[in-house]
Amino acid sequence: MPESLRYIQAVNHALAWALDSRDDTVYFGEDVALPGGPFGATKGLHKRFGDRRIFDTPISETGFLGMALGSAMTGLRPIAEIMYADFAFVAMGQIVNQIANTRYSSGGRWTAPLVIRMQQGYSPGACAQHSQSIEAYFAHTPGLRVALPSNPDDAYQMLRTAVTSDDPVVVAEARMLYPTRGEVRLDAPVEPVGGAKVVRAGTDATVVAWSRLVPVAVDAANQLAAEGIEVEVVDLRWLNPLDFDTVAASVGRTGRLVVAHEANLTGGFGAEIAARAADECFADLRAPVRRVAAPDVPMPAAPSLQAAVVPEAAAVVDAVRRTLA
Amino acid sequence: MGLADDYRSMARIRRFEERLMTLKDEGEVPGSIHLCNGQEAIPVGAARVLRDGDYVSATYRGHGWALARGVDMAALFAEIMGRDSALCGGRAASPYLSDVSRRFVGENSIVGAGVPVATGAALTARHQGTGDVSVASIGDGAMNQGNVHEALNLAAVLDLPLILVVENNVYSEMSRIDDMVRVKQLAERAAGYGIPGTVVDGNDPDAVAAAMATAVERARAGAGPSIVEAMTERLVGHYSGDAQHYRPAGEIADARTREPLVRIRNAADAALTATLDAIDAEVAAEVEAAVAAARATAVPDPATVKEHLYA
Repeated sequence: MPESLRYIQAVNHALAWALDSRDDTVYFGEDVALPGGPFGATKGLHKRFGDRRIFDTPISETGFLGMALGSAMTGLRPIAEIMYADFAFVAMGQIVNQIANTRYSSGGRWTAPLVIRMQQGYSPGACAQHSQSIEAYFAHTPGLRVALPSNPDDAYQMLRTAVTSDDPVVVAEARMLYPTRGEVRLDAPVEPVGGAKVVRAGTDATVVAWSRLVPVAVDAANQLAAEGIEVEVVDLRWLNPLDFDTVAASVGRTGRLVVAHEANLTGGFGAEIAARAADECFADLRAPVRRVAAPDVPMPAAPSLQAAVVPEAAAVVDAVRRTLA
Repeated sequence: MGLADDYRSMARIRRFEERLMTLKDEGEVPGSIHLCNGQEAIPVGAARVLRDGDYVSATYRGHGWALARGVDMAALFAEIMGRDSALCGGRAASPYLSDVSRRFVGENSIVGAGVPVATGAALTARHQGTGDVSVASIGDGAMNQGNVHEALNLAAVLDLPLILVVENNVYSEMSRIDDMVRVKQLAERAAGYGIPGTVVDGNDPDAVAAAMATAVERARAGAGPSIVEAMTERLVGHYSGDAQHYRPAGEIADARTREPLVRIRNAADAALTATLDAIDAEVAAEVEAAVAAARATAVPDPATVKEHLYA
């Protein structure tokens, strides 16, 4: 039976499921055991699974991400938590040079079945070091799977998929979506890795979005529907593996494409979608592809300044209108 | 283990490295290689106290550790030569090779970055309760990397069975280590982690084995990590093309009077000398056979270049 849960509760359920399913699953990070995680993602898990399965690490992302890799190579199924995605940069060497290369550079003889869990994106008052949307850095790196759940059910299903994958998976959750509530299918079978979803059908334009921009795009689509414009919204969900077929099929139906993400514009993953569309959907496109993204400035902290940076529904509405003009 | 056994193990490494250099000169080894000539007593001494279940990782100067752990010599040549029978399918080459079958977690061409990974292998051993240990070898220069500091602190607070072997060969790449640190011995830093640190003669396999035995026993008992600093000297350059202009005249010649193979030779009587001569001949034949086996295989098929990326 589906249960109504908040996004962060769905994460907690998925972690409990992972720790319950296999004894070789271990969970570690900063403040995750006794404190229960800064956002409550691991609430109650230490009491239930104990020190051997879930434990706190010193503040040393490089050290414990390397530990995640070494333990994954030698028989465990670790989940390592990065408190804010921004902190992954201090351990980027372990992620890019070590974790991503392990299977390939050993000719497939070692594997790295690990999950790096983090949350990202802006929130009011959070500074430039606690607000970035960093998915493009991971999607650029061969060897990493990249998951960005946009709703409670995906938060549960995609995290379970990640922990059962034999490849290293970066799961980047959206902090601003943690309080959102939705139906979660707790007993659903574990999904395979990958797969985009059409979350709203439409005929006039396609908006491809992921993470926090999915509900924003749906909001924009509902506004446009009031004036008779029907927008199809595709939630990309996974950047690697990239399900471009779902994007191309949607563009085939609508002939117009807007890509929307919270990350900075230049070099963002939206550029990849736009380039792929130009390459593979040229005959279907009736207008140039538009991108909605944060401008290329660091995230300011004051809410009034953030409002000038963070893409919201109005920006998506505007971009769709321009593709129709 | 007698002198002859040590000599054989160290001579295999020395001859392997010397043969690699001639293959490099003959154009059969692409890229640069980092040889461990002079440092053979460290992996050989350590290997004596390790068991099959233990994990070993090394730096990009790790051919000696691979051989000491029983990695197949022909497959090792093939990997470095870019051949199809390679250990890692031709994807790692000299500085990043590994062997899952020997629990050789691998070399690492990012200085110090293998130590957190080795810490992970130690976590597995603790979780599984096997009593296995994880040995990470680094050079002296790596002691200044954050990776190493973070991993040591992490291993210390979690009481993980990690043994960090610091091969102090005087030079961190091309700069003297005493210009890079203010401590006399790198093992002094162990105090900062609340763990034991010892300094040993790294040209003496007995001394290395004794220090390792203490550290390994502590680790197997669940008492946590240790640092073993092994003092040695590099008889060759940082990499295959290194002219070593930064080294004082006569330094290498001096080191050659103290290196581990010469030390056994100098102490040998007539009977042992004859045994060592015979070992040299056997090792030379083994190395040539391994080179021939590597040469006999094709190069990896370019059509396979995307294989092994994902499950």
